[in-house]
Amino acid sequence: MIFFWAFVVGGIICVIGQLMFDVFKLSPAHTLTILVVFGAILDGLGLYEPLIDFAGAGATVPITSFGNALVHGALQEADKHGIIGVVTGMFEVTSAGISAAIIFGVIGSLLFKPKG
Amino acid sequence: MADEKKKKLPPKAQAYQALQDKKEEKRPIVKNCMMAFLVGGTICFIGQIIMTFYIHFFPFTEQTAGNPTTATLIFLTMLATGFGYYDRLGQFAGAGSAVPVTGFGNAVISAAIEHRTEGYIIGVGTNMFKVAGPVIVYGVFSAFIVALIKTILTQWGGM
Repeated sequence: MIFFWAFVVGGIICVIGQLMFDVFKLSPAHTLTILVVFGAILDGLGLYEPLIDFAGAGATVPITSFGNALVHGALQEADKHGIIGVVTGMFEVTSAGISAAIIFGVIGSLLFKPKG
Repeated sequence: MADEKKKKLPPKAQAYQALQDKKEEKRPIVKNCMMAFLVGGTICFIGQIIMTFYIHFFPFTEQTAGNPTTATLIFLTMLATGFGYYDRLGQFAGAGSAVPVTGFGNAVISAAIEHRTEGYIIGVGTNMFKVAGPVIVYGVFSAFIVALIKTILTQWGGM
C-alpha cells in the first residue's frame, strides 16, 4: 500500500510544481526554492513527519523533504544543546542529498563529456 | 509583464506587447500536469522500492532509510544525466523530473559536466551549484527561521 501512496503523493507534489511553472510562470529555480521553504514550514508545524509515515518515499524524494530535514536536524540539536543547536544542527539529518550531489557531480564531470 | 509596467510603455511597445500576448502559445496545462504526476510519481515509486530494499537488507529503519535512498537516486541520476537521458525526460515531464531530489541532482551534475572544459577548479567547482544554489541557500535560511521560532516557543515559551 505504501507503494501506491508513494506514487500518488509524490505525483501530487510534482503537479503543484508544474502548476507553479505553468500558471504562475515561475522559473524552475523559483519553484524549487518555494517548495523547499514550504517543506521547512510544514515541518515547523509538525505536519511533514506524519506525511512521511503515510507516503514513505512519496514524501522523502521530492525536494520539499530537504527543507523538512534541515528543520529536523536543527530542532534535534536545539533539543540537546539549546538555541545554538539551531545553527549547528542544520545539516545533521540532510547531509545525504548535498554530499551525494557533490560527489557524483565531480565523478560525473570526470566520466562524461558535455553533449551537443 | 505586469499591467502597471505596461501602461508606462510607449504606444508602439504596448501594441507589441498585446500582439505578443495574443501570439503566445497557450501551455497545455492539463497535459503537463498529467505528465508531471506520472513521471514524478514513478520516480517516488522507484524511491520507495530502493527504500524498502534498504530497510530489509540493511540496518535502516523507516525514518533513517531516506538518506541512503536519496544518495542512490542521485547516483542513478548521474548515469541518466551523463548519457543524456535525463534532459530528454525533462522535456516532456516538466516538474515531474525537476521536483524530486533527482532534479536537484541533475541540476548539480549537469552543471558540473557542462563546465568541465573550463577546468576542474574554476569550471566544475564554481559552476556546480549555479542552478541548485538558491535551493540550498533559502532552504537553510528558512529552516533557520522556522527552527528558531519553534525553539523559542518550546523552550522559553513553555509550549
